[in-house]
Amino acid sequence: MTMPRLTVEKVLVTTLLVIASLAASFPLLWMVSMSFMPEAEANAFPARLFPHEPTLANYAELFAHQRMGRFLINSLLVSSLATCLSLIFNVTAGYAFAKLAFRGRQKLFQFLLALVVIPGQLIMLPLFFQLKMLGLLNSYGGVVVPFMASLFGIFLVRQYALSLPDEMLQAARVDGASEWQIFRRIVLPNLSPIIVTLGVFTFLMAWNDFLWPLIVLSDDHNYTLPLAIASLSQEHIQDSGMVMACATVTIAPVILLFLALQRHYVRGLLAGSVKG
Amino acid sequence: MTAIRSVLRDLAPGHVFVLPAMLVLAVFFLVPVFGALAMSFTDFDIYAMADLKNLRFIGLDNYINLLHTPLFWKAFGNTCYFALVGAPLSIMVSLGMAMALNVPGIGLKPLFRTALFAPYVATLVAAAVIWRYMLDSQYGWLNQFLIVIGIRPIDWLGNPHFSMPAIILFSVWKNFGYNMLILLAALQRIPDDLYEAARVDGAGPWERFIHVTLPGVAPSLWMVALLTVAGYFQLFAEPYVMTQGGPAQSTVSLLYFMYQDGFKWWNLGHASATAFILFAVLMGLSFLRPKGEEVFA
Repeated sequence: MTMPRLTVEKVLVTTLLVIASLAASFPLLWMVSMSFMPEAEANAFPARLFPHEPTLANYAELFAHQRMGRFLINSLLVSSLATCLSLIFNVTAGYAFAKLAFRGRQKLFQFLLALVVIPGQLIMLPLFFQLKMLGLLNSYGGVVVPFMASLFGIFLVRQYALSLPDEMLQAARVDGASEWQIFRRIVLPNLSPIIVTLGVFTFLMAWNDFLWPLIVLSDDHNYTLPLAIASLSQEHIQDSGMVMACATVTIAPVILLFLALQRHYVRGLLAGSVKG
Repeated sequence: MTAIRSVLRDLAPGHVFVLPAMLVLAVFFLVPVFGALAMSFTDFDIYAMADLKNLRFIGLDNYINLLHTPLFWKAFGNTCYFALVGAPLSIMVSLGMAMALNVPGIGLKPLFRTALFAPYVATLVAAAVIWRYMLDSQYGWLNQFLIVIGIRPIDWLGNPHFSMPAIILFSVWKNFGYNMLILLAALQRIPDDLYEAARVDGAGPWERFIHVTLPGVAPSLWMVALLTVAGYFQLFAEPYVMTQGGPAQSTVSLLYFMYQDGFKWWNLGHASATAFILFAVLMGLSFLRPKGEEVFA
């Protein structure tokens, strides 16, 4: 009895999903397609969907004359550094808040929770001045400072670490292992799923970040990819094929990273939004 | 010396593990928060930057001055427009897509989910650059589409009446995937029995939506709404890349105004006051949060 109605529903919903998926991915697919178009095709009217004579000329121009290689390396270095630092600071602290007893733990944690409402943009002006005094302006170090320790990172790791069995840690203590040995040999391996999650999150956030690097980096030699494409698109808006190639170099790595580690990424996304 | 030793003896291993992160947060987060507050009561500018002796305490002058700056009000209004129109639209799309993905028996769901989520992962600035071409008044695909369905093409980024709608359209496309995944998780927690019972009682699709789906996702929806509005209040990169605040200042946002004020004109004290007003708005929003919910912004 209900079969035909359900089938109609399925067809309608599937159609909707196909159209929506195409609409969502169209700008990204068009970006890739256009990045392979020779100049005349990229500027053709009406606009083309696919290149008739695909070429790598836009990429060649970017890497040969627009210092794309340099910007790519800057982005890779900044994002990797941010990821490493974030893991070092947040995993140790998150684990301690979950599993180690120490005086003031509860109060300190409550305090951190209260800080969540403070937006990152609030601190940018004084932090800029602070970094100027420390001589960190216009350096990778200055760009990664906000990523080093984060409330999100600490909460994420703590939430996961709460599930580690106390007996396991206690048994190691009875065997005479030091806290540091327990952390390295038992805790870290057991936390590896959440370490991957936090790592992917931090890497993507650092890679995509714009306002803070824009403030810190004044010399375009140190530009990360988002800064590079923002300035390239302002100077070369007519060279649409080349701008699209630059966008592709910026976006493709994060999309690929996301596709490879999707499961871990979604875990972090959901953990960040539901009850703590 | 003995005092230091006794402090050290009191330290548990836990203290040592949290200390590095706490130090970093204190130096690079707490200090600047107070710094921002202090700065907003001074005339911190490029001269103070060179030598702090040039710094003067001016009380609430920055705030009073801001309230008399037309561009500040323009930016405030633009930001409210963006947040209060853009956030609900984006959440509606998220909920619609989440519900579609939650219909049982649909094939290729992982593929759809990934395609719908891809814009969220893409680098914001690069995506905004692509959309400048998408929205181009002559070549842009959006206008090609409008022509096909019989609507006259629109000068999206060149007309002050359409520049903000264009940015909202872009933002909905860019962001709906995030809330879609959160709402999808909430939908999946609604027991099938509830739908079955509603069906048995003769409830149609609309009634099931109102009486089963909405109450089921309400707590998540409330959270998502607050976070999204708060996030939308932090509009910056879109106007920076797509419109430079124009045309006719129709897309100057609070953060864009703060950035120009602080880092182009070096009125850091004045800009800090803007930052604090933005903070006050976000604080106000956070009070609307249901009790007992913790959110990691």
